[in-house]
Amino acid sequence: MERKENNILLHKTFHIEGGDFINAGSISDHVKKILSEAGFPNKIIRRISIAAFEAEMNVICYATRGDLSLFITPNFLKVVVEDEGKGIPDVNLAMSEGYSTADEKIRELGFGAGMGLPNIRKNADEMILTSKFRQGTHLEFIIYLDRQETQLPFE
Amino acid sequence: MTVFDIVKTFGLQMRTGKDRLHEEVTGGYASDLLSDVIAHSRKGNIWITIQTHPNIVAVATMKELSGIILTGEREPDANTIQKAEEEGVPILVSPLFTFELVGRLYQIGISGMSP
Repeated sequence: MERKENNILLHKTFHIEGGDFINAGSISDHVKKILSEAGFPNKIIRRISIAAFEAEMNVICYATRGDLSLFITPNFLKVVVEDEGKGIPDVNLAMSEGYSTADEKIRELGFGAGMGLPNIRKNADEMILTSKFRQGTHLEFIIYLDRQETQLPFE
Repeated sequence: MTVFDIVKTFGLQMRTGKDRLHEEVTGGYASDLLSDVIAHSRKGNIWITIQTHPNIVAVATMKELSGIILTGEREPDANTIQKAEEEGVPILVSPLFTFELVGRLYQIGISGMSP
């Protein structure tokens, strides 16, 4: 772990405000631009943008506030999303496709399909999700840079 | 078939992305749930939806879709137009409702299956 910490080429943290549908998607846009300027392959950028977008939308839809951090290392890209809010009572249930606790307003905007977390899992090489009910949720995902040949199941 | 062919065939109104109308359309996807589109649409697909907010541009860009058609005479929000121009995403508007438009697209050879 110590070695990895020393190898961080870039670490950037963005704040996300719960319920801020006006700026929704702006953090994942930032992440995409940083990676694109850094010259990462399109496929990697697409996978991380999708996962970051879903993670950002989860904070906006369900949490009070949160932070999304991007770490670039020589071997992998990592995103950590830490939020304060109602948390997820049953993480396994939340990971199942189609399960959603979204209210009417969220669904009207086209969110709350119950596919956000599964989309993150599909696009990341590794994903960790933990949550404390009524406190908040911690999500991390990693995309390895040396496994670019990995095909997504839906491509 | 290109986005421009679809615009011509159905007399769609162009709102953005006039420079990108010669993109090849690989198929179509119709849904109003963004995560569903993220999961199941494919590169080059034309996307049929009633959502009008800026996140549709984010989804179209991420999935490298060839364009977005808004149905039922819905108009893109002002900030959606701005974002779509920045990203070069064609947004087209149809007076038809989704079912009817998708049926007509299918008739001219736009499929929901992989090529």
